[in-house]
Amino acid sequence: MTDHPAFVLLEDGTWFSGTTRLPAGPSFGEVVFTTSLTGYQETFTDPSYLGQIVVMTAPMIGNYGVNDSDMESGKPQIRGVVVRELSRTPSNWRATGALDQWLQAAGVPVIEGVDTRRLTRHIRSRGAMRGVIAVGSAPTADVVAQLGASPSMEGLDLASIASVKERYSEGHDGPHVVAYDFGMKRNIVRMLVAAGCRVTVVPAKTTPEEVRSLDPDGLFLANGPGDPAAIGYAIANIRELASSGLPTFGICLGCQLVGLAFGGRTVKLSYGHRGGNHPVRELATGRVLITAQNHGFAVEGSADGIPGAPDLLPTYVNLNDGTVEGVRHKALPVFAVQYHPEASPGPHDAYPHFGEFLALMGAASAQNPATS
Amino acid sequence: MPKRTDLSSILIIGSGPIVIGQGAEFDYSGTQAARALKEEGYRVILANSNPATIMTDPEVADRTYIEPVTPEWVAKIIERERPDALLPTMGGQTALNVAMALAKDGTLAKYGVELIGANERAIRIAEDRDEFAQAMRRIGLATPPGVTVHSVDEGLAAVERTGYPAILRPSFTLGGTGGGIAYNREEFETMLGRGLELSPVGSVLVERSILGWKEFELEVMRDGYDNVVIVCSIENIDPMGVHTGDSITVAPAMTLSDREYQVMRDGACKIIREVGVAAGGCNVQFAVNPDTGEQLVIEMNPRVSRSSALASKATGFPIARIGAKLAVGYRLDELPNDITKTTPASFEPVLDYVVVKIPRFAFEKFPTANPVLTTQMKSVGEVMAIGRTFKEAFQKGFRGLEIGRPGWTIGETPADDRLSDTSREGLLAAVRTPTPERLFQVKRALLAGIAVRDIAECSRIDPWFLYQMEELVEAEKEWAVGRYVGKSVDEMPRPTDLPTYRPTDELRRMKRMGFSDRQLADARGLTEDEVRDRRHALGIRPAYKMVDTCAGEFPSVTPYLYSSYDEENEVGPGGDKTVIILGSGPNRIGQGVEFDYCCVRAALAFREMGYRTVMVNSNPETVSTDFDISDALYFEPLTLEDVLEIVHLEKPLGVVVQFGGQTPLRLARGLEAAGVPILGTPPEAIDAAEDRGRFEAIVRELGIAQPPNGTAMSYQEAVREAEKIGWPVLIRPSYVLGGRAMQIVYDAESMKEFFAKAERVAPGHPVLIDHFLEDAFEADVDAIADGHRCVIGGVMQHIEDAGIHSGDSACVLPPYLITEAQVEEMRRYTRAFAQRIGVIGLLNVQYAIKHGVVYVLEVNPRASRTVPFVSKTTGVPLASLAAAVMTGKTLDELGVIDEVAQPYVAVKEAVFPFNKLPGVDLILGPEMRSTGEVMGIADSFGMAFAKAQASADGSLPESGAVFVTVNDHDKPTVAPIARRFHELGFQVLATEGTARYLQQRGIPTERVLKVYEGRPNAVDLVVSGKVQLLINTPLGKLTQQDDYILRQAALQHRVPYTTTMSAANAACDAIIALRSRVGEVRSLQEWHAMSKAIRVAPSP
Repeated sequence: MTDHPAFVLLEDGTWFSGTTRLPAGPSFGEVVFTTSLTGYQETFTDPSYLGQIVVMTAPMIGNYGVNDSDMESGKPQIRGVVVRELSRTPSNWRATGALDQWLQAAGVPVIEGVDTRRLTRHIRSRGAMRGVIAVGSAPTADVVAQLGASPSMEGLDLASIASVKERYSEGHDGPHVVAYDFGMKRNIVRMLVAAGCRVTVVPAKTTPEEVRSLDPDGLFLANGPGDPAAIGYAIANIRELASSGLPTFGICLGCQLVGLAFGGRTVKLSYGHRGGNHPVRELATGRVLITAQNHGFAVEGSADGIPGAPDLLPTYVNLNDGTVEGVRHKALPVFAVQYHPEASPGPHDAYPHFGEFLALMGAASAQNPATS
Repeated sequence: MPKRTDLSSILIIGSGPIVIGQGAEFDYSGTQAARALKEEGYRVILANSNPATIMTDPEVADRTYIEPVTPEWVAKIIERERPDALLPTMGGQTALNVAMALAKDGTLAKYGVELIGANERAIRIAEDRDEFAQAMRRIGLATPPGVTVHSVDEGLAAVERTGYPAILRPSFTLGGTGGGIAYNREEFETMLGRGLELSPVGSVLVERSILGWKEFELEVMRDGYDNVVIVCSIENIDPMGVHTGDSITVAPAMTLSDREYQVMRDGACKIIREVGVAAGGCNVQFAVNPDTGEQLVIEMNPRVSRSSALASKATGFPIARIGAKLAVGYRLDELPNDITKTTPASFEPVLDYVVVKIPRFAFEKFPTANPVLTTQMKSVGEVMAIGRTFKEAFQKGFRGLEIGRPGWTIGETPADDRLSDTSREGLLAAVRTPTPERLFQVKRALLAGIAVRDIAECSRIDPWFLYQMEELVEAEKEWAVGRYVGKSVDEMPRPTDLPTYRPTDELRRMKRMGFSDRQLADARGLTEDEVRDRRHALGIRPAYKMVDTCAGEFPSVTPYLYSSYDEENEVGPGGDKTVIILGSGPNRIGQGVEFDYCCVRAALAFREMGYRTVMVNSNPETVSTDFDISDALYFEPLTLEDVLEIVHLEKPLGVVVQFGGQTPLRLARGLEAAGVPILGTPPEAIDAAEDRGRFEAIVRELGIAQPPNGTAMSYQEAVREAEKIGWPVLIRPSYVLGGRAMQIVYDAESMKEFFAKAERVAPGHPVLIDHFLEDAFEADVDAIADGHRCVIGGVMQHIEDAGIHSGDSACVLPPYLITEAQVEEMRRYTRAFAQRIGVIGLLNVQYAIKHGVVYVLEVNPRASRTVPFVSKTTGVPLASLAAAVMTGKTLDELGVIDEVAQPYVAVKEAVFPFNKLPGVDLILGPEMRSTGEVMGIADSFGMAFAKAQASADGSLPESGAVFVTVNDHDKPTVAPIARRFHELGFQVLATEGTARYLQQRGIPTERVLKVYEGRPNAVDLVVSGKVQLLINTPLGKLTQQDDYILRQAALQHRVPYTTTMSAANAACDAIIALRSRVGEVRSLQEWHAMSKAIRVAPSP
């Protein structure tokens, strides 16, 4: 195979040389980086990355190939992959194929040989921005123009695209959780089921009436791509359902939606948190968890409080930049975390949140036996 | 929570001498811990017997005890200093064992000393294989099935159940000492016997073999509030069965998916909690079945380790420093990340580069040792390389190893790669057995077209690594013929800031794979300079990137750098006051931690004087590669190519080559030729001392005596020369380090043998022949000169006679058997050499004294191995002063007036790896074989020698039987020694000849049978504990085997032994000292306060 010159061009005009073995048309998306050392397959199939070009800061990617079980959705969701070096000959007992072929089959361009550290440092100092992966030795005026016309992440409702179109159920016993799918990772469903829940996953635009008709014991708000402020329908629905006393647990986008639902605001972080090593502090105990994260937006606030949402208590903060990593309602059985307790990829320190949700549902049904 | 205020003084125990399995990494961790605690305001007391370390520098701790690291001596320190706490986790297994002993015997309780960092229970669970296996079962983790046994019979029963091959792991030994893999009953019995003997608690774990499984390690930290982080994952290229210290390892792990990695991470978190490391770090080793992913826990060490030092360097997360802070009560999230300074330490570093560690072996010095790698560590040092890709780091690692290969390059002949058969079958058979040369054999196999899967099947190396290697082989082939299929012809010049950056350029592509200029030159029959010139003409130079713990996610302020042929360079020249110090590379015999000590002292001194100090080194075990020692750290191989690129970027005032041993010296000429200024003694002057002809002329000119000598290119010539200058002769190839291949030759026949072996040592260089001054005293002089004046640092007399390598000989400062007139003569000569050669900085001169004549043996215008010993003894920081002198300061300006004299005595003793390398004879000679050193300091020679022996793990007996068996030559010398032992109440045993000789001189002696004379014989007595001290010199060819068995028995059964008459005499002095009074401990700070300047004759 031949290496064809290719490049990554950012909207500020900076570009980065590399090569590709699979020349294809230009691919546009928001360029973000993740510092996860492992779990590229889970990352690429995570619907929260929908529409993004992902830079892997770990330099050797593809080493252990791909397999059928490390899928967080049915297919790669990303617009492109930027790596320092792509491994073509994987080695792992679970591997069923090579990463490059898998990406090729899904039509996802991959550029390699890029100084990904330079690209990462650039995004870190200038912020995440739109970009394009294209073939050629240098950007052409045409590509520059197309990039300028491509959509920006802010104000974009990607959740409804990432969401399931039809509801489905998993699990047979236990409390019934209705999960709003804004781009839900499969491992969340697996974790809820493993925790002993029956889960009904519903599309992002499902109305509160429809949810109530499913007779839920708890409401789950999934992760997903895009700007939380752009999905007003979800915010209103969540406010209505959570305010009724329905135990509610949100992850990532779900956390931002809880914030918005109770009067808070969200902000776009300069370059987001993406990786598997983010320390968060539980404010109540001082305990530190190492968490998996993947978000470009966050609930505005700090350890001192959530502006506009006096009923929400910050529960976790990020130790690197002090951003809000979790909230809890002062009166209602509602809590949410910005990071990913389901991990996949990432550390399992926050697994216990699923148990907390279960306990919350148990307590609620004990208090209101009539409703269960 | 802030630090604990109920503690005010803390004792840190160091690891003692550098031995195989316990190396310089503990100087790095101990130094970090001491500095971390001192900056918190604690009074730090340090105990370590190793003078070559930075940690024993008097500035590092408040009280520094260079005393034996044994329960008995450390108890004396505790009694004297009454510390509130003891931090036992920084000094390897040695410190843990001493701490455990002091806990068990009640010393800690008696003086109210609290163990911090790891408690008794955690240490015990981690070390006791049964308790550990139970603990793992409690948390649902599996360990390899095994049984702990206490006798050979028990072991034989156990192995019936676990099967062969069986892994043997003696409890509480370091570096896997005494462990191994037994493939059959015979091997099993031998190994088990040895293991039981070596285990301080007499137990050995017999374990099911999981040879060929993949091996991983995680470095874990936990604070007192149960926060846990994983600092680093490490993957071993060599699968299970090779000690991790002997494996080529990679960080981060390369072949684990996230699912597998997280299971391992969960396991590690559970383990540190279950074992109960309350506040500190540990290392956990896992084995993974490559076919099923099944994971087993192999072991955990509740302390810093070689791997944690590697992990610290690989990630920028200073484990020992953080560990020390956690031990005094801090939380992880209260401590800053020292690299970024903006984020907390409660995180898990992420790497955007790949780190490869390669061990360095010394089998060339131990030709009879078995080079097969197994569960007992055999390497003496290591190199670490950082690259943006595995391939880049892998190649950098091999060229940084300094074994004469410019990268991952096969040897000139198959024998160089330990191959006798290069057929397909021969290659595959070879890669089945792990040896230091295995990856070169793998390269030969790939070059021979053998498929990766076949090599993987035989070597059990994960195919991923082999594929990477195959890509290197393919690229090299393409380069050799000038064809790279991926090269694009339609590339356009780059319009923006980096006009020459094109990843597809043929040359850049090769550089990105880590090929050195020399490798690329060799492949095309060019010279290294030609490739370099072409590369520079194309504007292809390395970019330097930061090790920042966070893969660029946060801004970082610490210039900890590595090179890569990537796009963006992150650093520029740092002003016009930059000094580059070249380090000493991987530790090896002859070039160890003592040179790192000098580099660190120099770096700190330059910084203090306001210079921006840049360190270049490739050794992860060292203090010099701690990122806060210098203003910038380049973790790079010490080759001319790599150093020239750094110089090009940094544009320093000068480069310092005289502190790092031979490694930087070898680069001096190349640097000078490239126009790089060398600070201190100019390369020309170094050459004057090293070039035999030029040096001889200088010696003649100064009117100093030199042993008659000559050179020869052939055997015939050598015999002619020897007859001219007189037998015996000392013979060696020119330009060697550590006495490599040096030998004393008594006749023409032995000369023939030497030539047969020596041929390959230094092709093209003549063989040097000196008349050997038999029975002469030897002395070393260390001095410092500023170009005008020279001040003596110290005069050391060797305890062993001439003929034993100075690095292997014990020595004493001040001299005790040389006349003051002779000492004065040596001082005068040393000053004359300094003046004549033009030394600016340090110099070391070796002398021999015979029949009242002082002969000069060699002059080394550079830091010597003994600089730290002299500085620890006298309190004069020679290396720091040398740095000052290099900047143009005079000794007068520095206030260095005169040599300092001491009303006390310091003895340096060498420590040998014989118990790690079964089959090696422990007779000393001109080829250096010691790995480390210890120091004993006291107010008398006898006590200082006794302390040194205790530190070197040869505690002298105060009573019992001394067994004497010496050759005819030594008999007259041994008689008075035997008499002294007799008068001390020792029973004197001897074999026939020696016994008769002693009896004739009226010394009551009991005759003992030699091995071939029947039983019970000498060996039986040693084995059954009836001998407390062995005095043995080689008896000649006939009884060679007998002698050897005897010495091996002494070694195995830990009977103190001496193989020279002078050491036997010194032992006698020491025993008298031990018996006449109680050994006292005193800190270096107190000793130094006693030193005072003495008058010496002013320089001419």
